[in-house]
Amino acid sequence: MHMHFEVEGGNFSRAGYASSEIKKVLKKLNVNAQTIKRIVVSSYEAEVNIVAHARKGKISATIDNDKIVLQCNDEGPGIPDIEKAMQQGFSTASSEVREMGFGAGMGLPNIKNNADKLEINSEVGKGTNVKITIALSSETN
Amino acid sequence: MKSNGFHHALTFCKETCVGCSHCMKVCPTQAIRVHNGKAELMPNRCIDCGECYRVCPVDAIKVEQDDFDFIFNYKYRVALVPGVLLGQLSEEINPRQIYSVLMELGFTHVCEAETGAEILKHAMENYVSKNPDIRPLISAFCPAIVRLIQVKFPSLVNHIIPMKPPLDIAGLYYQELLKKQGVNEDEIGLFYITPCAAKIAAIKSPVGEVKSVINGVINMDFAFNKVLTTIKQSKSPSCFVPSDSYLSPQAILWSLTTGESSNMPGRSLAIDGINNVIEFLEELENEEVSNIDFLELRSCDESCAGGILTSTNRFFTAERLRNRAKSANRKPDKTEVGMEIRDFNDYLVDHLKIEKIEPRSMLKLDENIKGALEKMKKVNELMEILPYVDCGICGSPTCQSLAEDIVREEAEVSRCIFIQRILEQKGTFTQQESIDVMKEIWGEKKLDKDLK
Repeated sequence: MHMHFEVEGGNFSRAGYASSEIKKVLKKLNVNAQTIKRIVVSSYEAEVNIVAHARKGKISATIDNDKIVLQCNDEGPGIPDIEKAMQQGFSTASSEVREMGFGAGMGLPNIKNNADKLEINSEVGKGTNVKITIALSSETN
Repeated sequence: MKSNGFHHALTFCKETCVGCSHCMKVCPTQAIRVHNGKAELMPNRCIDCGECYRVCPVDAIKVEQDDFDFIFNYKYRVALVPGVLLGQLSEEINPRQIYSVLMELGFTHVCEAETGAEILKHAMENYVSKNPDIRPLISAFCPAIVRLIQVKFPSLVNHIIPMKPPLDIAGLYYQELLKKQGVNEDEIGLFYITPCAAKIAAIKSPVGEVKSVINGVINMDFAFNKVLTTIKQSKSPSCFVPSDSYLSPQAILWSLTTGESSNMPGRSLAIDGINNVIEFLEELENEEVSNIDFLELRSCDESCAGGILTSTNRFFTAERLRNRAKSANRKPDKTEVGMEIRDFNDYLVDHLKIEKIEPRSMLKLDENIKGALEKMKKVNELMEILPYVDCGICGSPTCQSLAEDIVREEAEVSRCIFIQRILEQKGTFTQQESIDVMKEIWGEKKLDKDLK
């Protein structure tokens, strides 16, 4: 099954909406609670990245019997040095964003820690595509 | 603990129910459906919060209680009295007068339910510092909240501090105190005067325990009326007046909002009201909340002062308890009841833990992902044709819940009044069929009215 969400850049009051909707579906699918947590952390971080850095973006979730694939595509500044962006604590967020509790430079490393597979493609001045894959398993109890 | 079903303190009286669906609309876990003109409970979803009880216009929802004479099965009958009972009565009425009336009714001992709060407070502080990896930790005080987390937020069950509430500690303490005086355990009956239904359910089928130490419950509205009538009718109580008890200000305030959080180290938050709690837990689960050490969550607005079995305005109750806490700010006299509990400290600390709290998700459409995905596909297809008005005329609280009921084969799509009109337009549904479906949901009576 597929889900699509439009994400608006700069709209922090709505950040988290897509992750929340994805979570509701995963609960109904009886996905293991720990797995749901990993997925929600990953999608939330990706969503906040779009809100904080890009003009706009899209998140799509494709769920099948054994995995979820999250595609997060945005139109934004792009990431000049992906390796550097993957380092914990590295952040280009503005001071305003940091004051709101975001932009601590934990986003991408956090996604990496929670995802089974993470692919990032970025073009400076155009935008960033993040593809997150996480395997699913049912609740055991 | 294995259990084949969950005990519920709330029961729906079919004779009285008029099928108005108020209860169905306010239920925070969507545990109510209307069938044959009567509200019905889905037992695996109900958390005994009592929101349905509050809104029922005809008193069709009953809160079970033990027959009062049941207390006389025991030679030693201990009334465990929560502070909110005292808080409901005017400050002119002395707590000792209230205890005296309870003893006149047949109790042999009276113990304040918050007596064990100090011991619990230290144990909880310890647990918070010894489990730095789990944040925030959630208090298990409110049984409706524990059940809410089990059914709706199963991923958060390990955040709950697995400890008994002060009530159980007070019960254990009194049991030990009497045993020390040479009384047999089976001669002791512990009875809690409860402000809410969730406490009853927690006593009858405890979470994380095989059996509760409490033997029975007396509903607070019953006790309140008894106490007030007795005091109004006789100026001076005729029986023995027990000695004054000492509770610390923290213990007195424990059952009110911020009663726990204000005592906990680190960053704590107190949230009351079941819908506020749900909203907050959604955010917590989404990882949008961080750096909080302790959460005090209470199902009722103003916590236990707003319990469904209370009789006076919750804000006055809270105010009186705060006044009582202020005047309790003195050094306790060693002879006062409530001081001996310190002698049992080690025993109580050893016995206040409960077993692991198990998740029991009510949200899953199927046990395995493949089956659930197929069912969800059907739900989504149904949502394409359902009207998104959540009118409840189908007997389910929302269009989404109707779609899920259909997929679980507990309802048919023709229950939707909009679908009925569409089918009638197409000529595949007759007026009579539509009437029959409506009667099946709302009963004969609603469609059997004489219009002139």
